[in-house]
Amino acid sequence: MLASRTTEIRLAFAFFLSAASIWSISLLVTNATAGQTMSCGQGVGIAPAKVDEIAPGVYIRQGVHALMTAANRGAIANIGFVVGRDAVAVIDTGGSACGGARLRAAIVARTGLPIRYVINTHVHPDHIFGNAAFLADKPEFIGHHRLARALAMRGAYYINVNRERMGARLLEGTKIVRPTKSVFDTLTLDLGDRKLVLTANETAHTDHDLTVFDQKTATLWTGDLLFREHLPVVDGSLLGWLRVIDKLALLKVAWAIPGHGSVAGNWPDALAPQRRYLTTLANDLRKFIETGRTMSEAVADAAQSEKANWRLFNEFNSRNATAGFAELEWE
Amino acid sequence: MTSKKIVERAEFTNRGSSRRAALIALGRTIAIVFALSLSATPSMAGDDVWPELKTEIFGERTIHDGNAQLSLDAPYRAQDAALVPITIKTAVPQSPAHKIKTITLVIDENPVPVAAVFHLAPNSGIAQLSTRVRINAYSHVRAIAEMNDGKLYMVSRFVKASGGCSAPASKNQDQAIAEMGKMRLRQYMKATTPGDRPGKTREAQLQIRHPNHSGLQMDQLTGYYLHAHYVEKIEIKQGVSLILTIDGAISLSEDPTVRFSYTPVSKEKLQVRVVDSEGKIFSGSWSFQEASEKNM
Repeated sequence: MLASRTTEIRLAFAFFLSAASIWSISLLVTNATAGQTMSCGQGVGIAPAKVDEIAPGVYIRQGVHALMTAANRGAIANIGFVVGRDAVAVIDTGGSACGGARLRAAIVARTGLPIRYVINTHVHPDHIFGNAAFLADKPEFIGHHRLARALAMRGAYYINVNRERMGARLLEGTKIVRPTKSVFDTLTLDLGDRKLVLTANETAHTDHDLTVFDQKTATLWTGDLLFREHLPVVDGSLLGWLRVIDKLALLKVAWAIPGHGSVAGNWPDALAPQRRYLTTLANDLRKFIETGRTMSEAVADAAQSEKANWRLFNEFNSRNATAGFAELEWE
Repeated sequence: MTSKKIVERAEFTNRGSSRRAALIALGRTIAIVFALSLSATPSMAGDDVWPELKTEIFGERTIHDGNAQLSLDAPYRAQDAALVPITIKTAVPQSPAHKIKTITLVIDENPVPVAAVFHLAPNSGIAQLSTRVRINAYSHVRAIAEMNDGKLYMVSRFVKASGGCSAPASKNQDQAIAEMGKMRLRQYMKATTPGDRPGKTREAQLQIRHPNHSGLQMDQLTGYYLHAHYVEKIEIKQGVSLILTIDGAISLSEDPTVRFSYTPVSKEKLQVRVVDSEGKIFSGSWSFQEASEKNM
């Protein structure tokens, strides 16, 4: 069988890049044993993140509505922590090693209790890139049982892409940290007179979304199962997400902390705009499919009626429509 | 440095004539490819790879400007590099004297640049073809038509996309694998291009569930490559009459799909046979749908 020289070189280069990734990842992947100092900014003391206490013992660092950039240091998702009598649990760690360090500084400024758990709601870089800041605390790193696979498949890719987008300096110290504990259905953590119930969801925003419920204050950390103001981003299943929204709506929730957007006190009404967008998108796409229109046509027009209701609509709607069209073709 | 064990990948088999090799074969183990990689010179952004690619695929044959013969539609900036829709249309009505025999779809910067070869059956009346591809880097995408007189005509577009082949594409991996081989065929009645007779020409879209693993996606933790496993050949017939054959490889998106216009020769069933790179065979057949108000 004849192999052409150009393709050999092309494939070899692709493997070379992948090989380089293996070698660099073997340095970056850790089982939460190594503690390392990392730079944050210019090497001056780490300024604690600004966090809000939205319910007793429940703190969040609000993200900005933007794509991950050097200027915003990837701080685009809501992250935070819960303080119990005996221990602290962190929920998502931000979009850079620095972001994680700043969150940790905010915790340390408020309590001397051990950080026992670092929970990741899903794999997207704005939620996990700060994990390494907590290695020295030797916590359990917890995720949905499919998070480990997602990290394995995407970790190096996210680091490479964001090194280009945000710059190498910001990515310094960013490591992919493997989960030490997986949630298959539910898992309850006790922070000392304070229980957190973690739930693994069916494929929705991603194929491994994890929610965290603080029983003491009835606060639900939704991860990216809820977007407010920022357009929801489909990276799992459009139809699955609509099912999960209906399930979440049945919960008794006092405060909902979305992955992106402002904290909500009006559950389940807080779900309504997102449900409306995803339903509109699905129905528009179905019409295009039924009338024999193409993906290109659908992607330009679907859900345009929602444009004024969301931030970053242009950045993500066509991409959602692409994914949704391919999914709904099989309905 | 810890060394990682690399699983031997499936071979890309060669199809078609040696001159116009539709898919490039790679009959060597990854160990050798790695050795090669350490000495290889990667193509730098800005290098034009087309001249060498052209010689590899088409030898010394002349390729004419094809803008009067056919058109290629592709987004300038892809929404999703693993799911880029492209459409090829004939610009002149096909006649027995002058018609397209094959269309080769090339994505310059992809690891396997020949994304697909479409073989149009002589009486198929195919005037339009759409599919979805992976694009790995900002690249020219080219459609080269071979006419029944042997002449070659090319059109191209530049598409800004990256990471389509090596980036994780699957949003719902477990489903993709569980449903592998399932197919759908949609039938549309509308006429599509000038010169076609309404009601005679129609469109169909074939959907195939298949992960179409590129073999370039790696499990970072174990160092194992996801085994390349992709749709290699699609054969679409009406009764026993061939309409369209497609040779494909890793540049086709997950759940390969093709939409095409054609002129039915009868009311016999549409039959599809798919073979993948592991030799798995999937078949389907669908009753020919009569034109009705519902689907006009």
